[in-house]
Amino acid sequence: MTALIEIERLTKRFGGFTAVDDVTFSVAKGEVLGFLGPNGAGKSTTMRMLAGFMTPTSGTARICGEDVVDRPVAAKRHLGFLPEGAPTYPEMTVTGFLQFCGRARGFHGSALNDRVAHAMALTQLEGVRLQPVETLSKGFKRRVGLAAALLHDPAVLVLDEPTDGLDPNQKHEVRNLIRAMAPEKAIVISTHILEEVAAVCTRAVVIARGRVVADATPAELAAKGPTMDAVFRALTLPEVEAA
Amino acid sequence: MGGLVTVFRRELAGYFATPVAYVFIVIFLVMAGALTFTLGNFFARGQADLQPFFTFVPWLFLFLVPALTMRLWAEERRLGTIELLLTLPLAQWEAVVGKFLAAWAFCAIALALTFPLVITVNVLGNPDNGVILTGYLGCLMVAGAFLAVGAAISALTKNQVIAFVLAVAACFFLTAAGSPVVTEFLSQRVPQLADIARGISITERLGGFTRGVISARDVVFFASFMAFFLFANTIAIDQRKAD
Repeated sequence: MTALIEIERLTKRFGGFTAVDDVTFSVAKGEVLGFLGPNGAGKSTTMRMLAGFMTPTSGTARICGEDVVDRPVAAKRHLGFLPEGAPTYPEMTVTGFLQFCGRARGFHGSALNDRVAHAMALTQLEGVRLQPVETLSKGFKRRVGLAAALLHDPAVLVLDEPTDGLDPNQKHEVRNLIRAMAPEKAIVISTHILEEVAAVCTRAVVIARGRVVADATPAELAAKGPTMDAVFRALTLPEVEAA
Repeated sequence: MGGLVTVFRRELAGYFATPVAYVFIVIFLVMAGALTFTLGNFFARGQADLQPFFTFVPWLFLFLVPALTMRLWAEERRLGTIELLLTLPLAQWEAVVGKFLAAWAFCAIALALTFPLVITVNVLGNPDNGVILTGYLGCLMVAGAFLAVGAAISALTKNQVIAFVLAVAACFFLTAAGSPVVTEFLSQRVPQLADIARGISITERLGGFTRGVISARDVVFFASFMAFFLFANTIAIDQRKAD
C-alpha cells in the first residue's frame, strides 16, 4: 500500500519557540488518521505545513509524491484542505464561493456545475445555496468549508477540526461522510474530541509540545489505560512524561 | 493563468457585492466634479480641456486608492481566508497579480464614469480628444502605482487602519515630491535631492500624459514601479503567510 501523505522530519520554529519538532509519519490510502493533541500542541501548524501554507523550518512533506515545498501547486492539486475555523469569504453566496474554489481548481462550464452540485449534496447545503455565507450559522459555515475541500474529489483530505461547532446530528453526518470516503482516500483529521477518534479513525497520532508521543490504532491507545481520557492525559501532560 | 483570472473575477465581483464599490465611485465622482469646477476654475479658464480634472485626480486617488488596497491582504489575514486562498493550486504571484488587476480594473471603471466631463468639454468647445485620452491613461497609471504600493503595504499587516495610514503616507510622498512647494524648497537648499524628488514624483510623470505626450521614460517608470511593488508584495506574502 503506497503512502499518499508522507511527512518527513517536519520542524517549524517561531523565533526561539519550536512549534513542531521533528514530526514524521505517513498515511496510506484507506487510512483515516486522527491527529490528536491539546490546544497549542502543533496540530494546526503541522497541517498548515502539509497544506503548503506555512514553509517548514526543516524537513518536508509529500502529497501523492509531490513535495509541498518544491512543487507546491502540483501538491495542492491532490489536496482538499479545511483550514482551522473553516474560513470563507463572507459576502459570497454558497454557490458563488464553491464555484470560485472549483474554477481555481480548473473546472469550467458543466463540469464545474456538476462538481458544485455534488459537493453541496454531500454536505447538505442545497437549502442555502443562494445565501451569502455571512448569514449562515456556524454549522453551515463549517459545511461550506468542507464542501470546498471535497469539491474536486481529492486523493488526500486534510481537515482541521471538521466537526467543531456542529450539533450532534451534523457531527454524525460528517463522520458518516468521512467513513464513506475513507476507502478511496488518505484522510487526516485533527481533533481534541476523543470519542471522534474511536468513531472514525483507523489510526491515531498524538502530538504534544510539537512532538509525536504516540502512533497507534485507537484500540491500542485505549488499551493503555482505564479510559481514553486518562491515556490522553498521561501522554500529553508534561509532569507525567517527566516522571 | 487560469488561477489569475479566477482570482481577478472573484475580487472584482467582491467590490460590487459590498457597498465598497458604490461608496467609492460616488465619492470619487462627486469630489472629482466638485474640485474640477470650483478649485479648478473649469469655466473661468476658458479652455476646452480637462487639465483641471487631471491635476486633482492624483490627490483624490491619494485617499481613495489606499481605502481599496487596505483590505486586499489585511482582510484575508483577519478572516483567515488567506489560508484558503494560498492552499488552492495557484501560484502566489497569480493571487497577487489577480488582486491587483481587479483593483486596477475597478479604478478604471471609476475613471470611465467621469465621461460626462468629456462630453461637457466637447459640447462647450473643440478639445483635443487625443490629449484627453492620454490624460486618462496617465490617471490610470497613477492609480496602478498607488495600488501596487498600497497592496504591498497591506500584505505586511493584518490591521486595515495601519495599512490605510501607511499607504496614504506613501502615496502622499509620491505625489507631493513633485509639487512646486517641495521642489522649490529643495532646489534652493539641497539641489541634488530636488532631482531625486522630481524623479520619483508621480505628478511630474502625469504631467507628460496630460499634455498629450506618452514618453517611453514615463511608461517604463510606471511599469517598473508597479512590477517592483508587486514583486515585493509576493515576497511579503510568502514570508509572512501565517501571521
